[in-house]
Amino acid sequence: MTDDKNTDGRTSAHSFALNLAGVSKSFGAVRANHDINLDVLAGSIHGIVGENGAGKSTLMNIIFGLHAPDKGSMHVFGERASIKSSADAISLGLGMVHQHFMLVPNMSVLDNVMLGSEGGYLLSEGREQTLKTLDNLSSAFGMGVDPTAIIEDLPVGIRQRVEIIKAIKGGARVLILDEPTGVLTPGEAQQLFDILRSLRDDGVTILLITHKLDEIMSITDHVSIMRDGEMVAHRETRKTTPQELARLMVGRDVLLSVDKGPANPSDIKLKVSSLGCTSSAGSSLLKNVSFDLRAGEILGVAGVAGNGQTELLEILSGMRKVTTGKFEVLQRVIDKERSLTPEHMRAIGVAHIPEDRHEHGLVLSFEAQENAMLGYHRDPRFGRGSLLDDKEIRDHCVELMTKHDVRPPNPDLHARNFSGGNQQKIVIGREVDQKPEVLLIGQPTRGVDVGAIEFIHRQLIQLRDEGCAILLVSVELEEILSLSDRIMVMNEGEIVGIVDQKTASQEQVGMMMAGVGAEVAA
Amino acid sequence: MTPTSDLPRWADVFLLPLLNLLAALAVCGVIIFFLGENPFNALWVMIKGAFFYSGSLGYTLYYTTNFIFTGLAVAIAFHAMMFNIGGEGQAYIGGLGAGLVALWLGASLPMILVIPLAVFAAALFGAAWGLIPGLLQAYRGSHIVITTIMFNFIAGSIMVWLLVGPLIEQGQQSPQTPKFGDGALVPKLHETAGGLFSFLGNSPLNLSFVLALFCLVGFWILIWRTKLGYEIRTVGQNPEAARYAGINVPKIIVIAMALSGALAGLLAINELLGVQHRVVLNFTSGYGFTGIAVALMGRNHPVGIFLASFLFGAIYQGGAELDFEFQTITRDMALLMQGMIILFSGALAYMFNPWVSRILRRWIKQGEAARV
Repeated sequence: MTDDKNTDGRTSAHSFALNLAGVSKSFGAVRANHDINLDVLAGSIHGIVGENGAGKSTLMNIIFGLHAPDKGSMHVFGERASIKSSADAISLGLGMVHQHFMLVPNMSVLDNVMLGSEGGYLLSEGREQTLKTLDNLSSAFGMGVDPTAIIEDLPVGIRQRVEIIKAIKGGARVLILDEPTGVLTPGEAQQLFDILRSLRDDGVTILLITHKLDEIMSITDHVSIMRDGEMVAHRETRKTTPQELARLMVGRDVLLSVDKGPANPSDIKLKVSSLGCTSSAGSSLLKNVSFDLRAGEILGVAGVAGNGQTELLEILSGMRKVTTGKFEVLQRVIDKERSLTPEHMRAIGVAHIPEDRHEHGLVLSFEAQENAMLGYHRDPRFGRGSLLDDKEIRDHCVELMTKHDVRPPNPDLHARNFSGGNQQKIVIGREVDQKPEVLLIGQPTRGVDVGAIEFIHRQLIQLRDEGCAILLVSVELEEILSLSDRIMVMNEGEIVGIVDQKTASQEQVGMMMAGVGAEVAA
Repeated sequence: MTPTSDLPRWADVFLLPLLNLLAALAVCGVIIFFLGENPFNALWVMIKGAFFYSGSLGYTLYYTTNFIFTGLAVAIAFHAMMFNIGGEGQAYIGGLGAGLVALWLGASLPMILVIPLAVFAAALFGAAWGLIPGLLQAYRGSHIVITTIMFNFIAGSIMVWLLVGPLIEQGQQSPQTPKFGDGALVPKLHETAGGLFSFLGNSPLNLSFVLALFCLVGFWILIWRTKLGYEIRTVGQNPEAARYAGINVPKIIVIAMALSGALAGLLAINELLGVQHRVVLNFTSGYGFTGIAVALMGRNHPVGIFLASFLFGAIYQGGAELDFEFQTITRDMALLMQGMIILFSGALAYMFNPWVSRILRRWIKQGEAARV
């Protein structure tokens, strides 16, 4: 491992924005960061990749003063720095854009940017100052934002821009971005990269944390790879390949593309006709959605998060009531008057793997074996009458864990103590083992490491080949493109179009996600 | 409610509560010291008063019985993440149910019929008083804490009205019902089983204690061994996951609140059928509220609830003894000790957590080093 380090031939002649030496951090018995060395050249874009749980976020939190390291030293622009809080970090010229935005949704852009630098008791001075800053930044880096706009009315891409403005307005010379593209359309991500490039050209150092290899390849100058809390390698981006990065991240060779044969779609299992739903506040969440899903095919639903995919899954799984229209699933008609509970849906053969396993799929404080029967706990095999059969529950969980390679295979372990990938395997195993005829699956690989992604993808293809009808919702466009047989794109609760996977391109689907019709986008 | 702790389970379950208890006693000791008494003397008097004097253990267990019922009541609601502050009112209304059965049938039917009916009525009335706030929470979103507190006051007013009006003993001035018939009196433990329990002395401890023990076991089976218990816990731990699983969340909330009220209602069996032998004003005397502390300290587990109930029972009984022995200490000392224990094991439950976990980690490290 050691000979992998510093092979990009850096010399001390360059000036560094950030040097970390021997930084370690443990949480109880968990070694989150171990002996991390990192040198970031001033004025470069430096990527940090690693699987979930590799320790990237911990490292960034240490740099930004949110965690105190157990050991090690840190230099910022050559000066020894001891950062004890985010205020220290900001005063040293560091700025951070978090994965989850730290904006006040019902305040204007101006007020959000001003936050923390209001000036005196009256706001007028601070406002003027902030307006000037906003003006300068928008002309210098193409970051135009309407200062009077209210944050919650703005699209995600613009909100993120406001976050970046907040981070650099005080003159931050090092900008840390944690998984910045997770919520963006491909177009918005491209705009973000343009901004980052122009910031770099102005001398700002950018630290980009991501698990997406294509982003690393397209925008970074250097890349550091983390695995299991250690820094395993540093590379100059133009001298490496995605295959090498993936191998370094996982520690073995990984199949980046999905191997799948042609689909053999047969009978229609799910027929959705002009389905609609409105929120309790009265706004329309789904409008006039119609499509068919056949046995033996995967229909991918592409779209930026929050464009009706969640509601579609909830309606089809029985968690939410239909407001208008209807759907027919496995010979049952569901509409405003006739509804089935999620329990009935499962009973007739519709399984649902929810988008958010922490919110819906699991009870984190329960043991794995209790989670392995969630939703099926009324099934007589888990105990006759109203009692539960401990042994059956346990055996079922052990079987699931062996079959789906859940690690560690310990049915007594609480769900929160499994890694993201293994939590997801418990959920997927639970639903898939019921041999469903229709499978609704949301974000199958969100927060899941590369090794587990491979496993889950293969499992879905196998299920398809066995004749299951699969509706796949994902915000990862690559996942949709590689797994689906047909791709349905949603925007603002409506279907923009349905295209064949063989003829679809990333650009076409990306434009459709922004609301451009299929013909125009093609 | 309970923040996660990174301690090993045994330390979390035993060591931490013990430390909290000692801290509470230490504070009380300091106060006793400033009152001019020797705190160790006072402690010894309490221990003797709670366990060793003739009949004192019986008294301790009689109080324990009350705390088991109300502690379980709070705990079952808690498993559904419902904070039921209404144990007091539910027990009070439960007393109405038990009292009506006892007054109506106590003189005419044998014990073997009346007591089960009274138990059923106490549970039913208590359940109804928990059910209404449960319905309001589940289907209308009225906060359970607010409604259950209000229902305590409503219960109090109803009982005052009944006890000074329709139910008052004819020709009497005090607000209480006539005495129950013999069929409605739960036998004292020292009078049963051929004197097997006569070592407990002459005390109000009665067969309700056995009912409480059954409830502890039943509680454990219900929560951890039945599908309903699984659903209650799922709703409590993650209502969204429960909705996903097809569990009818509002229904489970209502059921948990009804069960909670039923358990609180059983307090009336011990207090009224066991001891008072009539319905009297304010017979619940705060047991419902103390049940919150019992559940909190007992970590909503029957074993913990039993131990916490026993502790509070001992403090109740021992505290009374303090009042006799010392001029400067009044009965309120028991209240102070209760308050301190609630403070340390409730509000400050995890205060010692960082220190304990640091010390334990060092021990474990040293242990590993020693092995290597």
